[in-house]
Amino acid sequence: MSAFTALLIRDMRLSVRVGGGALMGVLFFLIVVVMMPFAIGPDLNLLARIGPAILWLGALLASLLALDRLFATDYEDGSLDLLMMGRMPLELAVAAKAIAHWLTTGLPLVVIAPVLGLMLNVEMNAMGWVALTLLAGTPALTFIGVIGAALAVTLRRGGLLLAVLVLPLTIPVLIFGVAAANAAIMGPQPFGPPFTILCALSLASFALGPFAAAAALRHGLE
Amino acid sequence: MAVIDLANPTRFLNVVDRVLPWLAGVTALVFAYGLYRVLGAPDDYQQGATVKIMFIHVPAAWLSMMGWGVMTVAALGTLVWRHPLADVAGKAAAPVGAAFTFICLITGSLWGRPTWGTYWVWDARLTSVLVLFLLYLGMLALYWTAEDPGRSSRAAAILALVGAVNIPIIKFSVEWWNTLHQPASILRTGGSAIDPSILWPLLVMALAFTLLFFTLHLAAMRNEILRRRVRTMQMMQAQHLAGAET
Repeated sequence: MSAFTALLIRDMRLSVRVGGGALMGVLFFLIVVVMMPFAIGPDLNLLARIGPAILWLGALLASLLALDRLFATDYEDGSLDLLMMGRMPLELAVAAKAIAHWLTTGLPLVVIAPVLGLMLNVEMNAMGWVALTLLAGTPALTFIGVIGAALAVTLRRGGLLLAVLVLPLTIPVLIFGVAAANAAIMGPQPFGPPFTILCALSLASFALGPFAAAAALRHGLE
Repeated sequence: MAVIDLANPTRFLNVVDRVLPWLAGVTALVFAYGLYRVLGAPDDYQQGATVKIMFIHVPAAWLSMMGWGVMTVAALGTLVWRHPLADVAGKAAAPVGAAFTFICLITGSLWGRPTWGTYWVWDARLTSVLVLFLLYLGMLALYWTAEDPGRSSRAAAILALVGAVNIPIIKFSVEWWNTLHQPASILRTGGSAIDPSILWPLLVMALAFTLLFFTLHLAAMRNEILRRRVRTMQMMQAQHLAGAET
């Protein structure tokens, strides 16, 4: 087993065990979506219209929730130092941790979204489109968030700072994610352009995020 | 004098002390001339005197972007060349850039009220400037959280570079988003379409604002160096006192 898969499996195992944050994000997503009708009012037509936006916003906030633990726990118990000294490039280690993080917190959000969509009166066939945009877009949220997580751990202050740094950078993902979902459900704009740009944002952040995060860790913890 | 000679903070402070009064004086003179030209500029035939807001609004908008540009160059200086003054330059540029972005937003909404009938529209250009302002605030928050200047400078440099990559993406995405939902409002006529009687005062004001930016930036850099010296002295004093007790 290569070091990359070993790290990937270790991180996934840690996040589903006691103290890990895998299901916490899903729970938070559920609560945010349930809160929305209380604030907006239970008008089903209105909820159906803004449902995709609510789901996207909830997923965005939920994916932020567990981010500050991404490097912080490894930093506290010293395993981050081992990763930095190891033979595997730090960029690759960061990518492994980010992928594990997405598989345990991002993917569950995509899976649960259709169920939550029912509560928002989003149509059944439309839910598939929303889930597809979330599947394409949530990796971008994770890989942009990794940069913020690395910066926050070098400053030894997580939490609030992380949200302040990461949220402005995720605005394009939110815009194109909601645009693609709305285009698929209501039209009249084509679904293709915003969806492909959303995929491009995910791929670009996958290419850049690990390098920026590794640079932040290397410069910050040396 | 080469840039490398300015790496010595003491020498840099000497140069700043010599340059800063002249720079401030020239800034004041250009501002005086610019304001005189602005007063002489004709009113717009539709907007009346409110068009004068443009002479503050547009230079502030340009400088809000230049502020992030200065921070990006300073970030490269910190990470690539490890120039000792680069992180001071970056840190000093952040609040100045944030202030110009804020001026741009405020004057824009004050201008929007009489001309568009509303203080705020979710227009592409307004929204992307607002996001730029949020990025500036994030940068300031990063500086506030870190107590060790050396540690925060590298983190801030990386954030500045990430932000520099993101600003064009944000601008592009916001424009795209708006053309989808509402027709784009025309903020002003294109640059070449401006009459010389308004264009020249605008350019003089832009020069004045740029000089103001560099005056404030140099002063902020000087203050930051002095602040770090005070911090070092306080720590040495505390160490001295702790040593005397034991």
